[in-house]
Amino acid sequence: MAKISKEEVKHVAHLARLAITDEEAEKFANQLEKITDFAQTLSELDTTNVKPTSHVLPIVNVMREDVAQKGLDRDVMMLNVKEQVDGQVKVPPILED
Amino acid sequence: MTLFERSSKELQEGLHNGEIKIADLTNEAFARIEKLDDDVQAFLALNKEKAMEQSLELDKVPFEQRGPLFGLPIGVKDNIVTEGLETTCASKILEGFMPIYDATVVKKLREAGMVTVGKLNMDEFAMGSSNENSAYKTTKNPWNLEHVPGGSSGASAASVAAGEVPFSLGSDTGGSIRQPAAYCGVVGMKPTYGRVSRYGLVAFASSLDQIGPITRNVYDNALLLEAIAGVDPNDSTSANVPVPNYVSKLDGDIKGLRIAVPKEYLGEGVNEEVRNSVLAALDVLKGLGATVEEVSLPHSKYALAAYYILSSSEASSNLSRFDGIRYGFRAEGVKNLMELYKETRSQGFGDEVKRRIMLGTYSLSAGTYDAYYRKAQQVRTLIKEDYDKVFENYDVIVGPTAPTPAFKVGQNINDPLTMYANDILTIPINLAGVPAISIPCGFENGLPLGLQIIGKHFDEETIYRTAFAYEQATEFHQQTPQIWEGK
Amino acid sequence: MNFETVIGLEVHVELKTESKIFSPAPNHFGAEPNTNTTVIDLGYPGVLPVLNKNVVDYAMRAALALNMKINQETKFDRKNYFYPDNPKAYQISQFDKPIGYDGWIEIEIEGTDGQPGYTKKIGITRLHMEEDAGKLTHGDGYSLVDFNRQGTPLVEIVSEPDIRTPAEAYAYLEKLKSIIQYTGVSDVRMEEGSLRCDANISIRPYGQEEFGTKTELKNLNSFNFVRKGLEYEEKRQAEVLMSGGEIKQETRRFDEKTGKTILMRVKEGTDDYRYFPEPDLVDLKIDDEWLERVRQSIPELPDARKKRYVEELGLNDYDASVLVVNKEISDFFDEMVVSGADAKLSANWLMGDVSAYLNSEQIEISQTALTPENLASMVKLIADGTISSKIAKKVFTELVKNGGDAAKIVKEKGLVQISDPAVLLNLVTEVLDANPQSIEDFKNGKDRAIGFLVGQIMKASKGQANPPMVNKILLEEINKR
Repeated sequence: MAKISKEEVKHVAHLARLAITDEEAEKFANQLEKITDFAQTLSELDTTNVKPTSHVLPIVNVMREDVAQKGLDRDVMMLNVKEQVDGQVKVPPILED
Repeated sequence: MTLFERSSKELQEGLHNGEIKIADLTNEAFARIEKLDDDVQAFLALNKEKAMEQSLELDKVPFEQRGPLFGLPIGVKDNIVTEGLETTCASKILEGFMPIYDATVVKKLREAGMVTVGKLNMDEFAMGSSNENSAYKTTKNPWNLEHVPGGSSGASAASVAAGEVPFSLGSDTGGSIRQPAAYCGVVGMKPTYGRVSRYGLVAFASSLDQIGPITRNVYDNALLLEAIAGVDPNDSTSANVPVPNYVSKLDGDIKGLRIAVPKEYLGEGVNEEVRNSVLAALDVLKGLGATVEEVSLPHSKYALAAYYILSSSEASSNLSRFDGIRYGFRAEGVKNLMELYKETRSQGFGDEVKRRIMLGTYSLSAGTYDAYYRKAQQVRTLIKEDYDKVFENYDVIVGPTAPTPAFKVGQNINDPLTMYANDILTIPINLAGVPAISIPCGFENGLPLGLQIIGKHFDEETIYRTAFAYEQATEFHQQTPQIWEGK
Repeated sequence: MNFETVIGLEVHVELKTESKIFSPAPNHFGAEPNTNTTVIDLGYPGVLPVLNKNVVDYAMRAALALNMKINQETKFDRKNYFYPDNPKAYQISQFDKPIGYDGWIEIEIEGTDGQPGYTKKIGITRLHMEEDAGKLTHGDGYSLVDFNRQGTPLVEIVSEPDIRTPAEAYAYLEKLKSIIQYTGVSDVRMEEGSLRCDANISIRPYGQEEFGTKTELKNLNSFNFVRKGLEYEEKRQAEVLMSGGEIKQETRRFDEKTGKTILMRVKEGTDDYRYFPEPDLVDLKIDDEWLERVRQSIPELPDARKKRYVEELGLNDYDASVLVVNKEISDFFDEMVVSGADAKLSANWLMGDVSAYLNSEQIEISQTALTPENLASMVKLIADGTISSKIAKKVFTELVKNGGDAAKIVKEKGLVQISDPAVLLNLVTEVLDANPQSIEDFKNGKDRAIGFLVGQIMKASKGQANPPMVNKILLEEINKR
């Protein structure tokens, strides 16, 4: 049914920031196709006037008061950071894709 | 013999009459882990030093200040963050990750005086039904080490079944507490969505995830849920609904209880032994004064597809934060940011996680959103309405937890769809947001079977009352695996 | 061939709340890097957002002030994209149900030589709430991230493609800024980034209905640069089309040094942000009572104030327009009038000396020692003739730097104007006696001689003589001779 090409798989992998070899693309294409074929069974249901449900409970308007608390100490904030310079988090150069 | 044969009530008696100390209980947990975990493979990290320190402090607290769970050891699934105790979600991408805050449930455990002894293995990011998707180890079923414990909270169930700890916390997105509870012969509750705070639970699918207790009996389970439940200002989706005193209602009386049995839950794909054990359980419940009638949940067959679309979509977004920049694994030798992202995530995530990220990303993409994501949300509405309708006339819905007993390690590993089908009886419950429990209801070839009892939104109380009455009338929960005594 | 320009503006405004939109971290500009964060801002595993109520109130206030309709059932969505300043790799924003939609503001374009001035309504498509990202700085071979700004509440305000000239774009931004400033929800300081603007521009032959391909301008750090960038871009696009070329959908950066726009990247297709409803937040239901409460909290806006200045205080149209642009100045003016100062005179001072001083010092009026009360009392001294406008400049210099009471300064420094005719007559007589040549010149028709004589009299009085009276007495006396 839903044919998913290797190219499509590669595009999706790029959106998800996953490196993917040709072989893997092939494998994923097959698996995704099976899963999406299965997902297609939903299309036999007529949902014309059915409201989509994002939240199963009817809770609305949950908010907090606008009160500030002190931020984390920078030492704590940096605890899991691999590379830092002058209190900032270091990342490799950003090349526009 | 182990102290953990006893219920929480008996353990508290032992503490009160001076027979044992809290430190003894903590020691017992580590001794049991030492003895059994080479086989069971349940724990990823142990909290030995701090747990012992804490126990000695707790021993000093006067008895009148102690609650029913005070001083009792507990294991915590590794997707629940624990400050200063490594939390990995069984993923390489969080190798060495040290949380700098505690999950709300972890705070609540501490307030109840419980002692966290360690972190429990799982399927990576809670994606799986067998614990085979852990990046670190494959937890085994204590009843038969060649079989899986179920998943994704496999080790949470296995550690309790093996008597390593009397309590554990799991999380359930599509059956991840109930299916392993069924496979391991223990009691596992997935509370109503919004009943327990998700703050500090590493999200898989935010609109479905829920933390819940796993224990050896219903009473202890109810105690633990009461301790962790309640509205949390840090979780906007937690509900401001009072938490009842569950155990005070456990009197074994279910006369007049109206039980619905959906025909879809005993149909095709459900194994003969499983069906028979559920029918036998229904007879027990009838004998206790309940009425049983067959009903239909007509959209059940669409639940699995809707679930995989919704959960994978949310997961693809939730797991995007693992990028190697602020915490966790970071790929070496990359030239630029794009490589950092792609290498970190490709090396850090396992196959199943990648597969679901791909599916989710695809489902949310511009051209496919309406046909997949939106459609699945509409199907969720229909499934929820199925349950609402049944609950207009019935108090609980009863059926099996899983279509078969625990399968063998390696049996389904290359077949995602068959693996997914395992959750067919638990998934609709998450989509509807209702609570459900799995309790032991029989054995097949020495492997436990689970009975699932499903309730209305926020009516965990009736589930517990039903489960307790059934438990009192049967003896399945009293059996222990051979490994329990050490081989 | 003549082209029509079509411009759309996207403006981001940071809201001036105490804490961030989804976390309790402080929302303050200028802190040490990475000190205003919580685990929520850092996108730690397991964290959840909780909405700051003030953000909704502020966003609604801004939307209502921009004549927008309010979506009373609204929600947040996730916008998914990877970037180091975006810690969760999704931004919590609003997609299909922005809190405000379908609004407008009216702009005024001044006439220029040959071109009459006009007013025009510019439509506003939507206003939505979202979280700001962290801040990236680029080094040699690496980049650095400061997460302080992550989670700062923003509203994004998107105009309809109603703007036809760079001057209209400029006027739109001025007006938008002014209105937002009046609502009190933001500092709207472009230099601190609390107001930021991106512009879309395309051109099409007059009469053509469909839009041309648009380019997007970024890095526009002042309203002037917006205007200059757009001016450059409409010319560039016309040249490309005239020479048979094709406009590409691209993002361009305005270079302040050269005044040119420079290609950043070509857009291929549309970005796929995979928006979906944020499952960690619940829906918002804004009932009529809440909406009304916010509506009541909106203060008098610039257009209403301008009308009041013209109709009640008798200012002319131009002065009223200038005064209301900056709320601080306009508030200051209102307080001066309340203190009893003459409106026209107060307006002249604020638009003249005060504004010149603020411009030369590059400061706000609140950073000076001026208060509405002390400036009002100075203006009153001018009005009742106690001091001359010239003396007032001395008093003003003192007030703006050191503050204090105008009357006291005048008294202590002996700056009171001499209006006593007898004293003035003596001065006039002395000066006339000493300058017979000037009298001669005057009689011979050289009017300039009067100026010289007045100067001498003022000098003799140390500038304190009442100039109109000096003029009058001088003319009388000179004619007697």
